[in-house]
Amino acid sequence: MDARILQEFRAIVGEPGLITSSEQLHTYECDGLTNFRVMPQAVLLPDSTEQVQKIVRVCHRERIPFVARGSGTGLSGGALPVANGIVISLARMNRILEVDFPNARVVVEPGVLNLDVTVRVSPKGYFYAPDPSSQSVCSIGGNVAENSGGAHCLKYGFTTTHVLGVEVVLPDGSLVHLGGRTLDAPGYDLSGVFVGSEGTLGVTTKVILRIVKRPECIQTLLAAFPSTREAGAAVSGIIGASIVPAAIEMMDNLAIQAAEAAVHANYPNCGGLLLVELDGPTAEVDALMEQVDEICTKCGGTEIRVAQSEAERAVFWKGRKAAFAAVGRISPNYIVQDGVIPRTALPRIMEEIDRLSAEAGIRVANVFHAGDGNLHPLVLYDRRIEGQEHAAEQLALRILEMCIEAGGSITGEHGVGEEKKQMMSKMFSEPDLETMQLVRCAFDPLQLSNPNKVFPRTRLCGEKPGRYEPHPLEVAGIAERF
Amino acid sequence: MAPAQSSSGAGATAVDVAWDELRGLLGAEHVRAAGPGDAVAGVPPRMVAEPGDEKELAAALRWANDAGLAVSPRGGGTKLGWGNPPARLDLVISTARLDSIVEHAWADLTAIVQAGATIAKVQQALGQHGQRIATDPLWPEHATVGGILSTNDSGALRLRFGALRDLIIGVTLALPDGTLAHSGGKVVKNVAGYDLPKLATGALSTLGVITQAAFRLHPVPPGGGRTLAFRAASFSDANRLILAMQDSSLAHTGLQARFAHDAQATVDIRFEGTAAGIEAQCATARKLAAIAVETEEPMDVWQARQALWTSPESAALAKFSVLPARISAACETVRRFADQGGIQWKIVVQGTGLGWMRLESPRADRLHAALSALRAEFERDAGSLFVAHRPAGMATMDAWGSPGDAFPLMLGLKNQLDPRGTLNPGRFVGGI
Repeated sequence: MDARILQEFRAIVGEPGLITSSEQLHTYECDGLTNFRVMPQAVLLPDSTEQVQKIVRVCHRERIPFVARGSGTGLSGGALPVANGIVISLARMNRILEVDFPNARVVVEPGVLNLDVTVRVSPKGYFYAPDPSSQSVCSIGGNVAENSGGAHCLKYGFTTTHVLGVEVVLPDGSLVHLGGRTLDAPGYDLSGVFVGSEGTLGVTTKVILRIVKRPECIQTLLAAFPSTREAGAAVSGIIGASIVPAAIEMMDNLAIQAAEAAVHANYPNCGGLLLVELDGPTAEVDALMEQVDEICTKCGGTEIRVAQSEAERAVFWKGRKAAFAAVGRISPNYIVQDGVIPRTALPRIMEEIDRLSAEAGIRVANVFHAGDGNLHPLVLYDRRIEGQEHAAEQLALRILEMCIEAGGSITGEHGVGEEKKQMMSKMFSEPDLETMQLVRCAFDPLQLSNPNKVFPRTRLCGEKPGRYEPHPLEVAGIAERF
Repeated sequence: MAPAQSSSGAGATAVDVAWDELRGLLGAEHVRAAGPGDAVAGVPPRMVAEPGDEKELAAALRWANDAGLAVSPRGGGTKLGWGNPPARLDLVISTARLDSIVEHAWADLTAIVQAGATIAKVQQALGQHGQRIATDPLWPEHATVGGILSTNDSGALRLRFGALRDLIIGVTLALPDGTLAHSGGKVVKNVAGYDLPKLATGALSTLGVITQAAFRLHPVPPGGGRTLAFRAASFSDANRLILAMQDSSLAHTGLQARFAHDAQATVDIRFEGTAAGIEAQCATARKLAAIAVETEEPMDVWQARQALWTSPESAALAKFSVLPARISAACETVRRFADQGGIQWKIVVQGTGLGWMRLESPRADRLHAALSALRAEFERDAGSLFVAHRPAGMATMDAWGSPGDAFPLMLGLKNQLDPRGTLNPGRFVGGI
C-alpha cells in the first residue's frame, strides 16, 4: 500500500492502531472459517466513530475496499479480508455506553462482547436474548452483521429483533442513524435491512439494543430417544400441543459421543437426544413441562430428566454448546454446515443425510435447533486421506441443496459470506438477487464495503439490469418491440 | 427524484388506447373507470385495475411504469388516507383478487398468504389449527395482509410477539419494472440475502407492491385470556404501573394505558396461557398495582385503539412513539396543548411506547397547531408523531415528520427500486 496513505491512516489511529507487519497481519487473514485466507494490506483499530469515519473517507477517496471485523468468530468467511484492501477491526470500540433499565435499552459500541451485555444487566434481572454458541467471545457488531441467532431465538427472535437502532458509517464516510431509541421511526426500516447485511452496507459504530427481563422460571428437560426419528416426533408433538419452548435442541449419537468426550455432560448414550427448555411464570412452566414430559414418553423417550438445579441445567447446555468444537475430538477435520428446513421435513432429510453419508463413507454428526428446523450437520473427514476433503465438501454442499429443495434456506445463522455465495443462485432467482443488489447500490455504489461477499456476482451500480423479459403486451400480441 | 411529469395532460385519444392495452393484459372486466370512492387521500385516480394473480399485477405495474403513469396499490382501502396525498395519481391497482391462503404449514407454524386476503379471513383459516399471526391490526374484517404490512399497523399483541417486521419471514414484491422479486423464504430462521421483507414493511408501497408474504405463526392460547384494568390517580402513576409490569417477570400479551380529557387514566393488562398460569400472574399483577384501583370495564378494552376512529369527521388521529418511561410526559404534553386550544382528546398507548391519539375540535386550525407543536416536542425527546387522519378543513401538514439523517439513503433506495417515481409518488417521508 502507498506509503502516503499508510501515513494518513497512522495519523488517524496512531501507531498502535495500525498493523502492517506480515506476522501480525496473519491473525486477521481469516475468521472462524479457516479454509479461506487472504492477507490484507493493513489492519486498522479505530477507537471512535470519528476515526472510523476518517478511515472510510480515505478508503472512499482512494477506492480502497475495506472489511469490518468484530471478534472474527464468523463461520462463513464474512470477515475474510480483501487482498488490496484493509481490515477495520472494531475490537477497541468495546464500551457499553448506556444502560437504561426503565426503557430496557442498552447502547453499546460494536466491539462489546455479546455475553458482556447480559453480564452487565443481569444484576437487575435482565438479559440480552440472542445467544450464539460463541457468545462469550463474539461481538455485537459481528452479531449485527450476521443477524446472529442462537438456541433461544425460537422464542425470543434473532439479533434483528433486539436491535432498535444502529449508527453506521456509510461507505462514503457519512454517518447515519438507522432506527432509533423509540419504535417505528419515520421512513424505511433501514435498521432491518442493515442487520444481517454481512458488512456489505457500511460499518456499525454504535448499536441500541433491547434487553429482556429474565423469566420467573426456567426449566430444562433432557430426553433420550432410540433415534432422531422418535426425537423428531416428540418435537412435532410439542409444537402441535401449542407449546412454544424457549429452545428445543437435538443431537444425534455421533454428536453426543463428541460432546461427552469433550465436556462430560453426562448425556445418555442414545440415538437421539432432546433438550427442551421452557421459561415463563412458574405455574405456567410447571404445567407445560408435565405435558412435554408426557409427549416425550409417548414418543418413545427412554430417559427423561428435568434439571433440578441451575448447575445441572448449565451442564445440560454445556454439552450442546460445546458440540462443534467437541467434534474435533472424534475427527481430525470437519465442516460445520448451517442449513434450514421446514421442521417437518426433518425425518426425510435425516434419512437422506444418513444415506449420503453411508454412500460417501463420510461420517456426519448432527446438531439441530430442532424447533426452527436449523440443521448443523458436522461433516467429519481426515484431510490426510486423499479425496476425503473433496468428498466431505461435496456432501456438505449436497445437504444444502436438499435444504433448498425442501423449501428451506442455505443459512439459518452463520451467513452467506464467502463460503456460500455461489449457493445464493440456487436459492434465489436472478431477479431476486438483482433486486437485493439494487439495495446494495443505494448504500454502497462503489462496492467498497466487504466486496465480493454474499452475492455470486457483483453488479455495477448504475448499469441497467441486463435481463430481458418480453413485455406482456408483446406476449399478448398487442405491442412489438422495435 | 422522480420526474414530476403528470399524465393528466395527455390527449384523450392516446389515453384511450393506453387503457385498452391494460384491458388487454387483465381482461376488460377487470379495468374500470374510477369512482368517487376510489380517491387516495383525497386525490382521484382515473382508473382502477384488479389483476387476477401476481404476474398480472406485475405486468400491469410495468405497463403503467412504461407509460409514465402514477400508481397507488390498494388492499381493503381501510388506510388509504394514511400518508401524504399522492403528488400524481392515474391508476389504482387493487389486490382484491389476490386473496388466497397459499399454504398453511401448521406443523411448521408458518403460512404463506396473498396480499389481498383480509386479516379476518387469514386468522379464521389459521384458527382451524389453533394458530394465528400474532398481530391485531385495525379493522381486521376489511384490512388486508398487504395493507397492514405497507402501513406497519400493529396493536397490543406487538408487546409480546413483536411487530409485523418480526413476524414476516418472506415476501414477493412486484417492482415497477415488472420484476417479481422474492426475499426471505418460508422458514422462520433464514439469513440468506438482504432482509427485504423488513424493507417492504412500513414502506407504504413506495418501493414495490407486496403480492404475497410468509409469516411465522403462534398458537392461539387454548384457554383464551384474562384482562385486568387498574385506575391510576395520575398520569405518572399510570406510567409507573406500566414500567413496573414491564420490569416484572410477568408474561403478559397486552399492556396499555388509556388517557382522556374527561376520564381517569386506566392501565389494562392481559394474560393468556394455562388457567394456573393466568391465575398466578393476575395475583402478581395485583400486587404490583397496589398504587392503583382495580376496576371492571364494561367494554373490550383491547378495542379501545380502534374505537378512537369512531366518527372521525371533526377529529384528527395520530400515531406517536415515545420511550416507555416518557409516556406520562407525552400525555401531559398532549393535555397542555389540548387545554390551550380547547381540544378534546383521548389516548391509547401500549407499553412499548407506541400510542394513538384522537384530538377533536370544531376548530381545525387549532388541531393543526396542536399536532405541529406535539410533533416538535416528541421529536425533541427521541420520539415521532404520524398524522394518520385530518378532519375536513384542516390545512395540509406532512403526515410523517422528520426521517432523520438517513433520509438521503431512503431517497437513494427509492431511486434504485422505483426510478420513475411510479409508486405512490409523494406519499411517503420527505416527499418520497
